[in-house]
Amino acid sequence: MITVACLIAAKDLRVERRSKIVTNQVLPFAGITMVSFAFALDKQNVLDTVAPGLVWLATMFSLLVIVQRTFAIETDDGALDAMRVAGVDPRAIFVGKAMALGFQLLVLEAMLFGAAVIFYGESIPSNNAFGSVVLLVTTMLSATCGLAAVGTLYGGLAAGFKGSETLLPLLTLPAVAPVLIGATKAVESAVGTSGAVVSEGWQWVGLLTLFAVAAVVGGALAFGPLIDD
Amino acid sequence: MTTIEPAKAEQDTAQQSALPSQRSTATRGTRTIGIVAVVALGWLVAFGLGFSPADRDQDESVRILYVHVPTIWLAYLAFVVTAVSSAMYLFSKKKSLGWDRAAGASAEIGVTFVAVTLAVGAMWGRLTWGVFWQWDARLTTTALLFVTYIGYLAVRRLGGSHEQRAKRSAVLGMIAVVEIPLVHFSVKMWRSLHQEATVANLDGDTKMDGLMLFSLFVGVIAFTLLYVWLMLHRTRSMAMEDLLEERGLDEALAVRRAEAAETATAATSAPPTATMKTGSDS
Amino acid sequence: MNASLNPFSSASTTANDDPFVGNTSNHTEPDLVIALKDVVAVLGNFPALAGVSITVQRGEIVLLKGPNGAGKTTLLRLCAGLLPVERGAATILGFDLVTQRQLVRPHVGLLGHQNGLYLDLSVRENVEFWGRTVGASAHEIAGAMSRMGVSGRLADVGVRKLSAGQKRRTSLACLVARRAQVWLLDEPHAGLDAAGRDELDATLGQAASSGATILVASHELERAGGLATRSVDVVAGQAITDSNESQGTE
Repeated sequence: MITVACLIAAKDLRVERRSKIVTNQVLPFAGITMVSFAFALDKQNVLDTVAPGLVWLATMFSLLVIVQRTFAIETDDGALDAMRVAGVDPRAIFVGKAMALGFQLLVLEAMLFGAAVIFYGESIPSNNAFGSVVLLVTTMLSATCGLAAVGTLYGGLAAGFKGSETLLPLLTLPAVAPVLIGATKAVESAVGTSGAVVSEGWQWVGLLTLFAVAAVVGGALAFGPLIDD
Repeated sequence: MTTIEPAKAEQDTAQQSALPSQRSTATRGTRTIGIVAVVALGWLVAFGLGFSPADRDQDESVRILYVHVPTIWLAYLAFVVTAVSSAMYLFSKKKSLGWDRAAGASAEIGVTFVAVTLAVGAMWGRLTWGVFWQWDARLTTTALLFVTYIGYLAVRRLGGSHEQRAKRSAVLGMIAVVEIPLVHFSVKMWRSLHQEATVANLDGDTKMDGLMLFSLFVGVIAFTLLYVWLMLHRTRSMAMEDLLEERGLDEALAVRRAEAAETATAATSAPPTATMKTGSDS
Repeated sequence: MNASLNPFSSASTTANDDPFVGNTSNHTEPDLVIALKDVVAVLGNFPALAGVSITVQRGEIVLLKGPNGAGKTTLLRLCAGLLPVERGAATILGFDLVTQRQLVRPHVGLLGHQNGLYLDLSVRENVEFWGRTVGASAHEIAGAMSRMGVSGRLADVGVRKLSAGQKRRTSLACLVARRAQVWLLDEPHAGLDAAGRDELDATLGQAASSGATILVASHELERAGGLATRSVDVVAGQAITDSNESQGTE
């Protein structure tokens, strides 16, 4: 199962490397989202207080777009159908696509953090910088796992149906609310927004990890029945 | 109550057993429950608006709670029923579509009542706190619950055969069972750690006047009866809808076969009608 | 070492290298590969198949003829285990389609209107992907590609740039690499040039004589008629068998 999952993840990433849709379209989309936030929230002191939240908001919206893309390549020429016909283990398809999605999300998040540093004036506090960075990285990893799992699950469910572009956000956004909450709080602790301390962030990472585990396990179980006809 | 033409009520399918009669979703049972529910609601109105006292702090606006609390209770009950029915559909050997209909009907009722809860609650909030909405743990979770089940209902309408719909919805129903506690837990963490504004306790006084408690109790009973009544009618009307589709299928089958018969007899070298695959349908 | 790159050749090292030799379950009737009786299948509410009964033996090439909308595509998709059997009984390679739809799938290959390819990848990458999902060796994969004439110049071309015929051949190469025993082809000749069609027919003929069972839905009556051992008329969701050629009475 793992071999096939890795095969599928590699295939997804290879497709992305060829088509460069995420790099050429989604990353700029995320960037312009960050800029739009700045237009809407025009005060600098507000902006750097809410920056962690904005980064994760931009991530959520970009997640929807990337998920649409990852399943568009499957429905373009009936490849997902073909995988179903071939009897490829749906859990492998789920894990493989989630891995590829997660990888792309991590790249996106790194870029968004960079953008936040530049545009919103975020910075890592100098005391306990190491602790902050560790918290930051762990947050990114655990949040991404959860997002990738939920995105893949609902993306697969909605793929190919009429109205899938609107069904996907409707299903995904409530489901990933815990990630939005937890990740924002954890990053706030990491960068010291409003006096938050790094140690407070770890309980949120706990929440994110719990969510990620539930999402991956639940998703792997549910994906098969959901994409089946 | 829903009725269909008696003329179409001939053919027999599995849904038939779910229906009391071919013409209506009402039975003596539902009529009884309906009457008791109306009586209970009347009783609620009497106690809620009349006999129970006004609250010390909230004055008359506390009376909204006699509707607000039962509706959210009912919504939780409805969603639990959806979850249980989804599990029963998925894990039982004979995948009876009755479970799927129960899950769907319950979710519809639940969503309606969450909407009522939120609307009524907003009114109450305006009167007591001066604001329609507060971002406290319970309200936020309720709002997310609402949207989650709207998504569930959207997925139910994606189309396909009844079994496909049932499986898809049942899986989603089970996912919701995992989702909701996670959401609730995160929102609680969110709100318990940083108390920005003091949030009014939604239940009002912990020490409620005996009569007020009783009125609340009456409200809960009345709305539960209402739920049962709605469930019975809705599941039966869903069975009728499914039956109609089945019947539509039978008719369409007949038309399609007639089509084949015509095409075959029209062809010059066609084999005689005896070899035609009309046969018996299942 | 097997000199020929033919994955169907039974001169391969082990029986398992030959994709068409047994890996089927219940062997009550080892030669009866497809058996459908009074099968009804629905698309939404429409009864696309209104009672189909056919049987297919191993190694046959059966042509499905019929007007558009008759249900040929639905029949093929049903045999692939993609559609649920609404009413009736159906068995493929010994698997019961009503209860074991999923188990049929690894042994069956469906080439429908879509090709199941990743448009941004090259031919080689597509065939390799499909081959590797079943653990095929590089040797087998290369064999599959050369059989379908997509090795060489075409191998590293992106699928998006291929002609319809070339995409189809790539798709068949994936099928071969996947070791499918039953081939379900929905209008495979559509969009192919004359040379492409000849090549396709040759491959299909060879595959059948090595044990593959093929169901072809086609409007190319003359060409496919010559290729097929038997033909079946699909009209308005039902199947009427013309006794053609040698076997096949139903």
